[in-house]
Amino acid sequence: MNFDFSEEQQMLKDSVARFVQDEYDFEARNKVVANESGYSQENWQKFAELGWLSIPFAEALGGFGGGATDTMVVMEELGKGLVAEPFAASVLMFGGLLQASAQNDERDALIGGVIDGSIQGAVAYAEAQSRFELQDVLCRAEADGEGYRLNGEKSLVLNAMSADKIIVSARVSGEQNDEQGIALFLVDAKVEGISKTALRTMDAQLVANLKLDNVAATALCGAGEGLGLLKQMRQQVIVALSAEALGIMEKLNATTLEYCKTRKQFGVAIGSFQALQHRMVDTFMAYEQCKSLLYRTVCSIEQGEDNNDIEKNVLALKVMVGKAGKLIGGEAIQLHGGMGMTDELDVGHYVRRLLTINAAFGDADYQQQRFAEVSLAS
Amino acid sequence: MDINFSEAELAFRDEVRAFLKEAWSGELAEKAKQPGSYKEVQVGWERKLNEKGWAAPLWPVEYGGAGWTPTQSYIYESERAAVGAPDVSPFGLKMVGPVIYSFGNDEQKQRFLPRILNADDWWCQGYSEPGAGSDLASLKCKAERDGDHYVINGAKIWTTYAQHADWMFCLVRTDSDCKPQQGISFILIDMNSPGITVRPIVTIDSEHHLNEVIFDEVRVPVENLIGEENKGWTYAKSLLAHERTAIAGVADSKRHLSELKKLAAAEVNGGRAMIDDPAFRQRISDIEIELMALEYTELRVLASMSKGNGPGVESSLLKLKGTEIQQSIQELKLDLAGHFGAVVQDGITAEELGHGYGDAARRGFMFSRAATIYGGSDEVQKNITAKFVLGL
Repeated sequence: MNFDFSEEQQMLKDSVARFVQDEYDFEARNKVVANESGYSQENWQKFAELGWLSIPFAEALGGFGGGATDTMVVMEELGKGLVAEPFAASVLMFGGLLQASAQNDERDALIGGVIDGSIQGAVAYAEAQSRFELQDVLCRAEADGEGYRLNGEKSLVLNAMSADKIIVSARVSGEQNDEQGIALFLVDAKVEGISKTALRTMDAQLVANLKLDNVAATALCGAGEGLGLLKQMRQQVIVALSAEALGIMEKLNATTLEYCKTRKQFGVAIGSFQALQHRMVDTFMAYEQCKSLLYRTVCSIEQGEDNNDIEKNVLALKVMVGKAGKLIGGEAIQLHGGMGMTDELDVGHYVRRLLTINAAFGDADYQQQRFAEVSLAS
Repeated sequence: MDINFSEAELAFRDEVRAFLKEAWSGELAEKAKQPGSYKEVQVGWERKLNEKGWAAPLWPVEYGGAGWTPTQSYIYESERAAVGAPDVSPFGLKMVGPVIYSFGNDEQKQRFLPRILNADDWWCQGYSEPGAGSDLASLKCKAERDGDHYVINGAKIWTTYAQHADWMFCLVRTDSDCKPQQGISFILIDMNSPGITVRPIVTIDSEHHLNEVIFDEVRVPVENLIGEENKGWTYAKSLLAHERTAIAGVADSKRHLSELKKLAAAEVNGGRAMIDDPAFRQRISDIEIELMALEYTELRVLASMSKGNGPGVESSLLKLKGTEIQQSIQELKLDLAGHFGAVVQDGITAEELGHGYGDAARRGFMFSRAATIYGGSDEVQKNITAKFVLGL
């Protein structure tokens, strides 16, 4: 039993950490997110050259053949730097769904494009009414010759404005919340009939609402398979986002601790006050517990445990990361006092990313109910 | 990252299972269900462990330890808790034993260690005093040299099971003209010595676990002093380094949580099982998630120790989180019992009462409040973590 990283994993971790330290300080990051696209194309190409974009893909597809641990170490370091490049949206979500869908030449070519940085992708799964339910789909698909035509709307699609291709969940049959009848479709992001309304979320990501008016699409899977693929993607992305959140929490705790050691009031460092010390012990413990649960989850995936056991770990992780993120974020602002309220300090930016991660793919309250179902049934 | 056990560890787990199946069965396990059986069951159990060579597995082999790795210790603890067998009484095997083999002389080792291993002596701990709780170093119980004896005057308090004890390991003041920590000595006191009065303290669970122990001109031979005079604080502190992981109580909490789920499936309110009550589900899942994390925090500590490194910063939260979870489980069990949680059963059978666990839930909840007070209160634990982990 050990929780050590392999030499390869440690090198990967170090290479992301080095990039963040040398090229992605808070000032540089702010310039990047101010771009029209919300990220830097130059950085993206660098990620491709460093091999990061190939991590989750099988070696047969030109990938690195990495596992959950490899993704974890990358996401954790990206989190520390609050990196805005769409790694989760394009590589893990879009790329992940492509990899899980049926093999064909177009799919393989697209994965190759993701790996070399030439293709950006997005996944449109949420709708205005769907909240956290993946099967709540109104968007409809109708057969049209060899392909399909999509009609409907999709909400808050990550990376939609830069994407070359978008994967859309749409209903081939059934009613709004039926688990059957949902398939995944590949559409060209600039195809006729697609209109996008761009907006920013509080963590500075560029997202878009989509209107699909008779949009031409090809099916990535059968109508019985769409929901299963989305759930599988959700499981993987929750673990990755939790690793990102862990990196953010580490950074926030370190920043706050440093501030409390240097900021003086009443003639002494405020970190000498017991009321503040105990709060920092609470946030330290919250971070360590999240780390333990992340390791537990990643180990269960790597060991190929039963999917019910993996899902239980993933749900527990999402709940704990959501709650700990709010605790650590809230305390970081509070202990920084007035400075914590300012936009010029990085603290608030990290906190906003944590809040966005909590809401992504089901917040702590929602996932705790699902956790109880899994745990109390066993 | 690899959480698999090795072949040897799996074989060890089988050995533990076979031992527990044999040793924790029949008479002893039955007796444990009877009130007032605590000491008899503990002594019987510890002797079975000693026969197997497992009474103090983490002691050095030369003193009777089993040479277990941290992982073996974890495996034993998990299996023990899973069958509901008790932990050993800590005072002899986990507390004074390590101090004696680390700092005692050969005569003391030969005299006390075998008797500790075989539960021939029952030990209690004389640390806290009426005026020295969290601020332990301010203790005043005095030992004055008189020929070949120390003469002890003063009082100790919160002394668990002093009423059963043959011996007390005790911190006493041997010098008052220096920094408080520097004038303390570690001494072993025969509880049958003249001048000792043990006064029971009934706790909020209506039980007698605790005592006040008063010393009036109690004469203790100088040969009972451990190590050097005035070095007792150092010896007492070294205790903290022993068996740090088991303090989280993860294995026992897992068992209690699983029992709680079964009780909640049987407890019905308005035609709905309590396990389907949304508020109950929220609370039990809060606890389970923290416990799932703590289990891996403990494994991280074990993995670090197995490599010969220190226990790591994460070890500092084991007691804080472990006791928080223990108390939350007891609280939920008390609430689950509804108005039967208020019952003092006192000889009435469960059939007559119409409910099975209310009395136990009340006692468990009340007793569990002590967990965040003893062994360094939550607040002291946080002070220590702030200072030594966060550098504040």
